[in-house]
Amino acid sequence: MARTPADLVGAQPDPPFEITFDGRRVTALPGQTVAAALWGAGILAWRTTRDGGRPRGAFCGIGQCYDCLATVNGEPNRRACLVPARPGDAITTQEGHGHDRLTV
Amino acid sequence: MTASPSEPRARREPYDLAVVGAGSAGLAGAVTAAELGLAVALLDTSAQTGGQFYRHPAPALGAVRPEALHHDWSAYSDLRGRLAASDVTHLAGHHVWSTVREDDGTWTVHAVTGADGTSERPALIRARALLLATGAYERQLPFPGWTLPGVVGAGGAQAMLKSGLVLPGRRIVVAGSGPLLLAVASSLAAAGAQVPAVVEAAGYLRYARSPRALLANPAKAAEALLHGTALLRHRVPVRLRSAVTEVHGTDRVEAVTVSRLDADWRPVPGTARRIACDALAVGHGLVPQIELATTLGCATRRLPDGTLGLALDDLQETSEPGLWAAGETGGVGGAGLARTEGELAARAVAARLLGRRAGDGRIAELRRRRDRMRAFADVMSAAHAPGPGWQDWLSDDTDVCRCEEVGAGRIREAVAELGARDARTVKLLTRAGMGWCQGRMCGTAVACLAARGGTAEPPAERRPFAVPVRLSTLASLDEGAADPSPGAP
Ligand SMILES: Cc1cc2nc3c(=O)[nH]c(=O)nc-3n(C[C@H](O)[C@H](O)[C@H](O)COP(=O)(O)OP(=O)(O)OC[C@H]3O[C@@H](n4cnc5c(N)ncnc54)[C@H](O)[C@@H]3O)c2cc1C
Ligand code: FES
Repeated sequence: MARTPADLVGAQPDPPFEITFDGRRVTALPGQTVAAALWGAGILAWRTTRDGGRPRGAFCGIGQCYDCLATVNGEPNRRACLVPARPGDAITTQEGHGHDRLTV
Repeated sequence: MTASPSEPRARREPYDLAVVGAGSAGLAGAVTAAELGLAVALLDTSAQTGGQFYRHPAPALGAVRPEALHHDWSAYSDLRGRLAASDVTHLAGHHVWSTVREDDGTWTVHAVTGADGTSERPALIRARALLLATGAYERQLPFPGWTLPGVVGAGGAQAMLKSGLVLPGRRIVVAGSGPLLLAVASSLAAAGAQVPAVVEAAGYLRYARSPRALLANPAKAAEALLHGTALLRHRVPVRLRSAVTEVHGTDRVEAVTVSRLDADWRPVPGTARRIACDALAVGHGLVPQIELATTLGCATRRLPDGTLGLALDDLQETSEPGLWAAGETGGVGGAGLARTEGELAARAVAARLLGRRAGDGRIAELRRRRDRMRAFADVMSAAHAPGPGWQDWLSDDTDVCRCEEVGAGRIREAVAELGARDARTVKLLTRAGMGWCQGRMCGTAVACLAARGGTAEPPAERRPFAVPVRLSTLASLDEGAADPSPGAP
């Protein structure tokens, strides 16, 4: 029986690289989104809500719920489930969220 | 052919057909239309084709056996091969936010670009006909604790596994309603997760009441059997007529409470049982993603599970002439049905644009196949329609709207004391549904609460922007300064 998702599909990925989450080192595989890299490190929350300050992370996994908004290299409101992880990316917990730059 | 920025593409415009969505339906539609001689643009938010069902790891992840996470992978590799051999312009990383009919009857498709649509280069595509194959998103019902990290959509867990080869935890309860749960539990277990239970709110008995639809769809029955045996192999118990009615944990999932449900989905007192786990994958079926069409005023039909799909004629055309739809936009029915409808729509578009009659043998065959699969989809959809009793899972402080953090108590107050009778009024009074997701996550719940146990009006899918758009993009359109050639993904 396969033990990991990578075993199951016989993954032979390109060499892994590092990103950081709130300063902590996280190993990512090329081709993973920021959310996948964080899940891979056991991190499930990277945002706190505006009113309750509650932790949130990826929920819908397909770009629809906007719960996974993260600050990537200083830029807030990036959907971590869509944005590919790149070597050296600095992901930081996003506190609250603003509607400043997008219209919904 | 995937477009690169250096390619002079503008000379192909207007395209004969623009297809929005490169899942099973859109892929089948695009390659069929191209093979029939049409100039086709295929737009999708994702960098890769395949849609939700055939979602697969990016090439850099080097998956030697991507098919291990899918059945019927050959159907996809066939479509992918035909796409590569065709001259379809594949516009990856294009998030369509609006489609407009121009005075001369052609369509303009507006998209923002980039992995998450935040690239500065908007795109604008013109086409004589439009095929919407935008698929569906997962229907969610709230319950105490559903906003804790570790609670994820069932389809979402599947999507993250299929594309990123990751799991949200080691011990994952799968819950909600609908056949997708079995597929999700099977793949999570095959990928090494422990699945202590699949918790299904409906019974599967209602399927048995429609033996004709079952017998006529051997492929679907075989698929269910396949998932069934995979679950047996991994010793995953399936609890029917039960629901997760509470999630426990402070900052992440530690356990769930599972309760038996009566026929109306009311928890039966005294049946609550705690299951330790570190993640919960939950979903209650799928909702057709149709706002691009409803914003244009397209007619809809109420589906047996209470969601809205587009009303389509026998050849997949919406009530707006020149606008076709295929796949989950017309009602949820699986990848096989989506493929059939995509091909059928493409043949109908080609007949219209090339001035031929759309009556050949292949079309008749596709129509028969579609009708058979739709009949099965309707049986499935009816069996998993939420019972009104799910509202008893809520406590007043359960957030119903995840984005704006609006609790059930405030919504009940808006309904009972302020007289709100529909989701729109509740939204104006409480902000529920006003956040980033535009009510996709809470729409079903808010509509049910507003109906006070009566038949909920499905939330109207009218969103002026199908995806959020930067103010600067809108401003540039106003100034007429939008780059008319599509931006690179
Ligand atoms: C999260 C999720 C997971 C699922 N997992 C499974 C599974 O494991 N097994 C199973 O049998 N079924 C699954 N399904 C059901 C599956 O979606 C259907 O069986 C099948 O994929 C339908 O094909 P389609 O072409 O209609 O839609 P899809 O395959 O969903 O394709 C729609 C495409 O349209 C694109 N799109 C949507 N809106 C826009 C826009 N505005 N601009 C540009 N592109 C857009 C999307 O990116 C997507 O690629 C899942 C559904 C969801 C929502
Ligand atoms: S997880 Fe829902 S948008 Fe990213």
